[in-house]
Amino acid sequence: MSFLGFLDGLGGPHVRDGVIHLVVVLASVHALAAVTAIHVPHIRYLAILPEIVMLGGAVLLLGVASLSDRPVRMSVTTVGTVVISGASMGLAWWQWADVRQHGPFTTVAGAVVTDGFSALIAILASTAMLLTALVGDGYLRREGVEGPEFHVLAMVSASGAMIMGQANDLIVIFLGLEIMSIALYVLAALNPRRATSGEAALKYFVLGSFSSAIFVYGIALTYGATGGTNLAHLTSYLSTHALSSNGVLLAGMGLLLVGFGFKVAAVPFHMWTPDVYQGAPSPVTGFMAAIAKAGGFAALLRVFVSSFGTLRPDWRPIVYVIAIVTLVVGAGLAVVQRDVKRMLAYSSINHAGFVLLGLQAADARGVSAALYYVFTYSFMVIGSFAVVTLLGRSGDVGHDIAGYRALARRQPVLALAFAVLLLAQAGVPFTTGFLAKLQVVAAVVDAHSAPLGFVAMGSAAIAAFFYLRVAVLMYTPRRPRWVPPGREIVFDPIVGPQASTAAREGSGVSGQAEPEIAPGGSLDGGTAEGAVATVPRTLAELRLWSGSERTVAVVERLNADLLIDREAEAVEDGAGGRRVRVPPAAIVAIGICIAVTVVFGIVPGPLVDFTHHSTLLLLR
Amino acid sequence: MSIPGSWYLILAAVLFTIGALGLLVRRNVLVMFMCIELMLNAANLTFVTFARMLHDIGGQAVVFFVLVVAAAEVVVGLGIVVAIFRRRTSATADDLHILKG
Amino acid sequence: MNPSQVNVIGMDLVAAVHKTGPDIATFVVSAIIIIAGAIGVVFSRNPVHAALSLVMTLFGVAVLFIEQQADFLAAVQIIVYAGAIVVLFLFVIMFLGVDRRENIAAEPLHWQRPLALVLMAAALAGVIALGVGSHWATGQQAVAGSTTAGGHSNVYLLGKSVFTTYLYAFEATAALLVIAVVGAVVLARRPSLPSVEPETDARGAAVSGQPGPDGGLHDAAPRGSAAQDASPADVRAGQSLVKEAGR
Repeated sequence: MSFLGFLDGLGGPHVRDGVIHLVVVLASVHALAAVTAIHVPHIRYLAILPEIVMLGGAVLLLGVASLSDRPVRMSVTTVGTVVISGASMGLAWWQWADVRQHGPFTTVAGAVVTDGFSALIAILASTAMLLTALVGDGYLRREGVEGPEFHVLAMVSASGAMIMGQANDLIVIFLGLEIMSIALYVLAALNPRRATSGEAALKYFVLGSFSSAIFVYGIALTYGATGGTNLAHLTSYLSTHALSSNGVLLAGMGLLLVGFGFKVAAVPFHMWTPDVYQGAPSPVTGFMAAIAKAGGFAALLRVFVSSFGTLRPDWRPIVYVIAIVTLVVGAGLAVVQRDVKRMLAYSSINHAGFVLLGLQAADARGVSAALYYVFTYSFMVIGSFAVVTLLGRSGDVGHDIAGYRALARRQPVLALAFAVLLLAQAGVPFTTGFLAKLQVVAAVVDAHSAPLGFVAMGSAAIAAFFYLRVAVLMYTPRRPRWVPPGREIVFDPIVGPQASTAAREGSGVSGQAEPEIAPGGSLDGGTAEGAVATVPRTLAELRLWSGSERTVAVVERLNADLLIDREAEAVEDGAGGRRVRVPPAAIVAIGICIAVTVVFGIVPGPLVDFTHHSTLLLLR
Repeated sequence: MSIPGSWYLILAAVLFTIGALGLLVRRNVLVMFMCIELMLNAANLTFVTFARMLHDIGGQAVVFFVLVVAAAEVVVGLGIVVAIFRRRTSATADDLHILKG
Repeated sequence: MNPSQVNVIGMDLVAAVHKTGPDIATFVVSAIIIIAGAIGVVFSRNPVHAALSLVMTLFGVAVLFIEQQADFLAAVQIIVYAGAIVVLFLFVIMFLGVDRRENIAAEPLHWQRPLALVLMAAALAGVIALGVGSHWATGQQAVAGSTTAGGHSNVYLLGKSVFTTYLYAFEATAALLVIAVVGAVVLARRPSLPSVEPETDARGAAVSGQPGPDGGLHDAAPRGSAAQDASPADVRAGQSLVKEAGR
């Protein structure tokens, strides 16, 4: 009774009654449990260890940062995140090795499946997290928004992608999708200094929630048509029951496809992509592009190829159309962008179209090709946005393509890195990008959809144009003496017909000669004049005035050495005003991305085998 | 079993459509969020109805998770709105004009 | 509820007719409440009215939950949705002071509304046609356990399902709550440095690196020293959870 007396002293009779009540309830629950025990499903912890580590690490980091008296140093946060991501990646590799030896398995009442596919996605998500932590470190310091939130949210988001990869139940897929997406909404709004950041987050949120609602409704209809949400149940039910009239199932499947289409930015549902990619902080954009595509396509491939496998004749034509539109719109609109981030956004739509080819093929080869594509694309896009992050400078604003002009002269290594990543995205041989495109096209041609393959190759050609445009621009020195102000942007497709521009670029690659810049030819179109004249080129005028280029270079270097802020100039010049400092962490991240892209492009065997085996180990 | 499940399902479909329509035609961000809630409720009603028709408790369990997701989503969404519109007087999407599109 | 009563699909016709009357009335009234509420959300000019209409719809849906033996969900629907979510909506509406009438006739994209209407009507007709054509629920019965297994209550069965079949999903919701908490704190924070507007204000941000001319607003603080922004207005409940670790 002394305990109750203590409670009386503490909070009066109410607390005492409450506690007694609680004890009674607990006792009755215990008695009930003794009568009809609930058998908690068996859990094989290896299956869920990667995301337990990732999520637990995030919470641990948050706890340490919240409870410590002094603010936790940024380096500590970043190192912690890298360690956690590395541990998660190691565990995912362990999973893969285990699955290879003992075969795939399901656990936690069949809600989780561990197979090669899920292990690959877990490896991809943790690697993306690791790289993003390195890129984000420098960004957060530069923007003055240091703190653990970025890393914590990114880790939670990455664990959401992992859950999507290993989910064997539609509702688990939905939860993984939401964990991933909601964290990304917040990440997109992370930089309070940029109005665009919040705006991008809001757009992302509204359209993302819209797609989630559609997705849930799709799950509901699928549930009604099959009686369950478990993918294994769906597979067995659909293969054993030939539904004579499966309208509800088709409607549910269509809505699921719409929901996935939003997440992976396939075309009728891509409206959010350019705005969000442009508005979100640059490292977040890279992370988003990698993670959302990885998680989205993982679940999409598993659900459609594996569970809706018997309905292939129904969904393959729809995917066919979506893939074509995605490829064409993505490539076509990327060409006319002036902002690098918007360009990369449309290019990511184009890439989504390529991955959809693998889905359209709907066989083991197609899935393997799609996985390979998603895996290699993640490295390319994180690396690309890492460079964009660095060149964005303080405020993350200078992303005009014009600012990339002559980058090679100021920062040869960075320019080379960006060029390699862009060329890889374009699908140049000896990079993983080439192999990725080759595999999906081969798969889709094998699956008797050759026209789709041709469309894909055509869009790859268009895509090559806009990647090369940036790459060449970086290696194009300024020639202000020859170009009157207002006519500097020769490479803008508004100015002249694309063919002639491309031809000029070709010559630019070979000798950096850039011979035809002088006014004349295509430059003299009246409308083109008007379009270009609106862009102020005061810096070019300055150069014109100051005469010799060497003088300009010397002054520029001097400014860079003295670390004089030239933000105003930088804005006029896009990213290009002066050298940017490259933090070591970002160097490591970009280096890893390029290494993966180039090494596995030259020695394709291991990675191709990896994705191939992952697909073979897919639990059906 | 008194009322055919299809009545409920059609009602849910209508509710879902009204929600989607509202999301597309309204410009007030808060009302857009509410329309998303309408859509989620339609999905929930569908789940519960199918659960009754199939005598399956699974459909009800799923609704439970959808509710959690809806709550988390609303918190974050309203957080974003507050962060953006704290200094403005209206919450319409047309005020967002920096990003084209 | 007696399991034999529910499980028998071909129930006695007389009993059915006897029972149907009140059920139909409940359904019709709830349906009217739901649809009226939904239309109210979409068409009311005032966000507060929209939120109250939302409560109407939520209430109607809860009634239909009870009508379909989902008692626990009906309670959760009222407690979580009407009790928490709508209140949150109202709170934000009042907090932002946007509870004034809005001119909903103004529509910058004049083709959007008819297009949306046509699209949605088509989608609705499509779903209903597909559903009616396929007799709606074609699935296997009672995959995750019967709604009346062993004569247990709805709450018991639901709880059992959540902790067995859906255990992993249940655990995954923990991550959602983490995000909600962290996200709310992150978003509620005020910017510690002056904002960088894309086009014009970038120059302003450039100034902030150096001693600005207007010392107070564009603080002369060096970049990254976010910690000294703890002005009284900023000390809010959320900030103590995740510290501003900038220094």
